[in-house]
Amino acid sequence: MQEIADWFRSLYETTGLNFTIFYDPYDAWQFARGVGMTVYLSVVSILICLVVGVIGAWLQSSGIKVVRGVIEIFVVIFRNTPPLVQIFFFYFGMGELLPANYNDIGLREPLLSNVQWAIISLSLFAGAFNIEIFRSGIEAVPDTTVEAAEALGYTRLGVYRHVVLPLALRVCLPALNNNLVNLLKTTTLAYAIAVPETLYATTQIWAESQNVTEMMFVLLATFVLLVGVLVWVMHRWERSLRIPGFGR
Amino acid sequence: MRKERAAPVTDLPVLLPVRSPCVPVLSLRAWHGLVLAAAVLMFAPAAGAQAGSEELSIIGVIIKWMPLLLTGFGFNLLISVLAMALGTIVGLGLGLLQLSEFRWLSRCAWALTQFFRNAPWLVLLFFAMYLIPYEFRIGEVTIPFPDWVKAVIGFALPVMANVAEIVRGAVQSISSGQWEAADSLAFTRRQTLWMIILPQCVKRMLPPWMNLYSLVTMATVLASVVGINEMLTLTAQVHNAEGGRTDLLAPLYAFALLCFFIYCYPINLWTVRLERRFNVKS
Amino acid sequence: MAAWTPDQPMVRLRDVHKSFGQSEVLKGISFEVMKGEVICIIGPSGSGKSTLIRSINALVPINSGSITVEGQEVNDPAVDKLALRRKVGMVFQQYNLFPHRTALQNIMMAPIHVLKQDRSEVEARARALIRKVRLEGKEDTYPGELSGGQQQRVAIARSLAMRPDLMLFDEVTAALDPETVKEVLVTIRELAREGMTCILVTHEMGFAREIANRIYFTDQGVIVEHGSPQEILDHPREARTKAFLEQVL
Repeated sequence: MQEIADWFRSLYETTGLNFTIFYDPYDAWQFARGVGMTVYLSVVSILICLVVGVIGAWLQSSGIKVVRGVIEIFVVIFRNTPPLVQIFFFYFGMGELLPANYNDIGLREPLLSNVQWAIISLSLFAGAFNIEIFRSGIEAVPDTTVEAAEALGYTRLGVYRHVVLPLALRVCLPALNNNLVNLLKTTTLAYAIAVPETLYATTQIWAESQNVTEMMFVLLATFVLLVGVLVWVMHRWERSLRIPGFGR
Repeated sequence: MRKERAAPVTDLPVLLPVRSPCVPVLSLRAWHGLVLAAAVLMFAPAAGAQAGSEELSIIGVIIKWMPLLLTGFGFNLLISVLAMALGTIVGLGLGLLQLSEFRWLSRCAWALTQFFRNAPWLVLLFFAMYLIPYEFRIGEVTIPFPDWVKAVIGFALPVMANVAEIVRGAVQSISSGQWEAADSLAFTRRQTLWMIILPQCVKRMLPPWMNLYSLVTMATVLASVVGINEMLTLTAQVHNAEGGRTDLLAPLYAFALLCFFIYCYPINLWTVRLERRFNVKS
Repeated sequence: MAAWTPDQPMVRLRDVHKSFGQSEVLKGISFEVMKGEVICIIGPSGSGKSTLIRSINALVPINSGSITVEGQEVNDPAVDKLALRRKVGMVFQQYNLFPHRTALQNIMMAPIHVLKQDRSEVEARARALIRKVRLEGKEDTYPGELSGGQQQRVAIARSLAMRPDLMLFDEVTAALDPETVKEVLVTIRELAREGMTCILVTHEMGFAREIANRIYFTDQGVIVEHGSPQEILDHPREARTKAFLEQVL
């Protein structure tokens, strides 16, 4: 570790390329915390948005017209408005409308923190896309396969859980893949409500250390790496779900 | 012996073709907007009740500032159109480079595409804002680069990469038989590409390209983060000018959502229609 | 209603009507099936055969009339469909195996998920069924890797795993290659000999003649005539039956 730090320090002294995060413990810690926050935002939002997608797609196939309409409107609105404005709407708009506590010195302590609001709005945003993605997967499952499950006595929920969903998941994995990568990239918007994720940490570092160019490349490389990891995980998953003799 | 034999059936109930993830074209176009508008209006009476008589109702505030906010929205659209035009031109080139016969050239173009496609839009915007100088000097002439021009470039970068990917995908989706047929007619590679392959690609590229435009439009609000006077920045300023009333925040942002929705939803519907018509996916 | 006893008809249809929109596909169908009987339904395509057989396990709701299985009214909205469907097994033209599960898992799924039976007991039964349909060695093969005839035999085993009292076969050989039709018919013949009550919709006249107790000829939503295989296939009384048989034989 010490060698790496020394090498980057001498790199700075000889070339002027100042990668503080590799030798300055404070910058290193700040950056690591930022990446950690990005990973946390991504993982939690991915899990929630998958749940939103599954439930939404299930409700959309329900017979109740009102339920379908509500889901439809939710999807259409979240797909066709800027995610940043959604975050602002939730964090500033909804955050103010929710009741809040006041601490000892009379400062307002909102019910939900900026991180929680970021997770909520990111999950809803990506979840709206997931509903569409899962729905197209569900539509790709032939009616006759569903009928076979019904003939075996499965309930509606049982058919969905044991037959439709496993098949639909395999059909829509490529699209889901794209959407989750997109969600990972969208977590940077949490910067705008001061969530200390990677972009936020980086701007703090370059503001103090005056090394914008260097940090910019570190930042880009970090995201290329994070996206790479996510894509790799998704491909592993896709492979493990592959069924012999099945495909289009 | 048997009267009818089903048409040759594969052994497995083959999955039906995946419909593009899209919104069924319902007759919702108009009243979808109305629902959002209603959501905005809903805040009005409640807030009007608690606001003092000297304060404008929420609807009053929005109407008062609407010209300014819509001007800001117009600026968003201007940025989106310019970024789309610039990104499309460069992206077409990058996409074609990926199909180049020179291996190293196509590899480089591919790597560049992947790099800019996988970087977050906001990071690329910062990239453009900080690393592009505020002016260029060519001999005697000084070309200034104001912030909003840098922002256009910042948005054009991901557009470029996505357009390159769309071009590559579309060209590769044309069956190899077309290339072979053209080869056998003694077309050069360049002639084949421009006269035979690309014209067939236009149909396939149009829906994903429109989808991309919709994404760019929605991304333009990111410019507010780097201090450009577009709609979202103006919204915050309007909020300040009205004395920072907290009850104004939700309706003001809802208004911004509404503007983008009214602009982007028809594009989305149109894209879906084209996808169906051309039978392609974005 | 008095409890059903095996001396009463197991399946009883009374004046069953069914319409899809404007078109009426079943125009008053009535028949009875006793326990252990094998019934074949024949007729031109579009005569409502598939709708008829699907209505017996409530996959298709009927508009009027009555269908009872072991004394239980199928068309009653309050009917326990799960209970009904565990009594009635069904095999489809398109096999409809679950492509994400192996042959063995396909057979085991419903008893475990629907009947909540013990896994090890179900597995032993499933392996016995695999042997019964002569697919030893294919337990861990996915449907996509099996031939049509093999898939159809797995589908039959899957239905049998629910231990039904009645089996419905809906044109189960119509999608198969001629060379694999036989292996499926052998399996069904064995079932019939063991005393399973079966209702088959089929185009295999030779097979129908061999195993059926009675044959029903349907056309345009009504039963034109019915009787023993000899009566229907060799000495049809109705002109429509004659015309149909001339076409297919």
